[in-house]
Amino acid sequence: MILVRHRRRGVVAALLHRLSGIALAIFLPLHFLALATTLRGAPALESFLALTRNPLVKTAEWGLVTALALHLALGLRLLAIELLAWRERSAGIVPALLAVAVGIGLVFLLNAG
Amino acid sequence: MSSSPSGGQPLAVSISRGRGERFDEFAVPRREHQTVLDVVTEIQREQDETLCYRFACRVGMCGSCAMIVNGQPRWTCRTRVSEAVDRKGRLRLEPLRNLPVIKDLAVEMTPFFDKWRDAKGFFEPGAAPPQDFVKVAPSSPQRQAADEGIECINCGVCYAACEVVAWNPDYLGPAALNRAWTLVNDERDQGQGARLAAVTAAEGCQSCHTHMSCTELCPKALQPTYAIAGLKRLALRRAFGRKPSPDKSPDQSPDRQG
Amino acid sequence: MSAALFLAQRLTAAILAVAVLAHLVLIIAAERAGLTAGAILARTHHNLVLLAFYVVFVVAAAVHAPIGLRNVLVEWAGLQGRGLDLAMAALALLLLGLGLTAALAVYAA
Repeated sequence: MILVRHRRRGVVAALLHRLSGIALAIFLPLHFLALATTLRGAPALESFLALTRNPLVKTAEWGLVTALALHLALGLRLLAIELLAWRERSAGIVPALLAVAVGIGLVFLLNAG
Repeated sequence: MSSSPSGGQPLAVSISRGRGERFDEFAVPRREHQTVLDVVTEIQREQDETLCYRFACRVGMCGSCAMIVNGQPRWTCRTRVSEAVDRKGRLRLEPLRNLPVIKDLAVEMTPFFDKWRDAKGFFEPGAAPPQDFVKVAPSSPQRQAADEGIECINCGVCYAACEVVAWNPDYLGPAALNRAWTLVNDERDQGQGARLAAVTAAEGCQSCHTHMSCTELCPKALQPTYAIAGLKRLALRRAFGRKPSPDKSPDQSPDRQG
Repeated sequence: MSAALFLAQRLTAAILAVAVLAHLVLIIAAERAGLTAGAILARTHHNLVLLAFYVVFVVAAAVHAPIGLRNVLVEWAGLQGRGLDLAMAALALLLLGLGLTAALAVYAA
């Protein structure tokens, strides 16, 4: 467990951004493969999707949606700092972005039932 | 030396010795308003004269006393013991990270200055400097951008704090890039082409991941992160072929390259 | 990271920002609708707009992910050199191939 000191939000943001990116990079080929099962017609995709009703799989999906939202949110912050010359003057920005990403994940989870 | 001992438990101090082979333990009387520099000096003068460390001005102007105090690079002359001790009231002193250790708490600063040079962090007057003063408006966006970073005294705290330097020893680092940014914004400088090439090379500004450890720990409250962000924008424009930019810190035009 | 790779990564990041936002909205909307294969394929079937969207999405991701992974491998695994670059190029081609196949699959289904 990384011990987070309250003044190192930049490092925390960078680490979460990197870890979520790695997770997504691993997931992406699997996602493409799943969609390609439609080449064998709707029933093939349907039976694959039936697998995804499994709670374990649903949890993994929730994790990935959260990772995607997290990577996007923290990525937007980076683009703002780098390309728009934005200055981060509040310590609350990073926690707020984390909250939004977790929120999006929860919205997904709550609609998945 | 500061005031007479204020009593209570002596301060426990662990100091890295040699090239990090061991930590030596010391106990120092607590004194009011004690700084970490006071502690190291007292140890070296009264307990172990072989202890090697650096300081000069002792008033927060020169940056010579920088070292790792309980995990963070700090100026020891400007670090009160009372704010730096860990939860058990101890001090752990190590030499600056990311630089070769000479002995104990003294590091070899040459690689740090080499990167300053490699980033072209020096003024280039060009073959024909103007005969008269150049009128630089202090309020111009360029001058303001430069002024934000010129107070750097090259103490090495940001360099020691940077995780990317630790991961990638070739990375030029926050101090060198911050200095380069001040010169990019110096309209008198004639070396912009070479400087831009230097800071946008593989080990240049692109390697910064905006951890902001440099900005958080700079004892002069400089913000290398944003200087490096400025260099990244220049890198992007250069890769696009130097189109004119809406950025208020303008790219230097090609015909003024050194 | 070279300036060229940096440019490619930031450019695709900007593209992906829009695409991912749209995609997240679509995912959650599909979840609410129950996510049957038929429902998905009904929307994507012979839909040129969606195909174009997914192609752009796939190409951007195929560029963005390997560059990011390359940084991780250089900084955390200490890898470097042509071998690493070739591996990342191969990953890009893999993502491109799989992704375009998937996009065409849901278009043609």
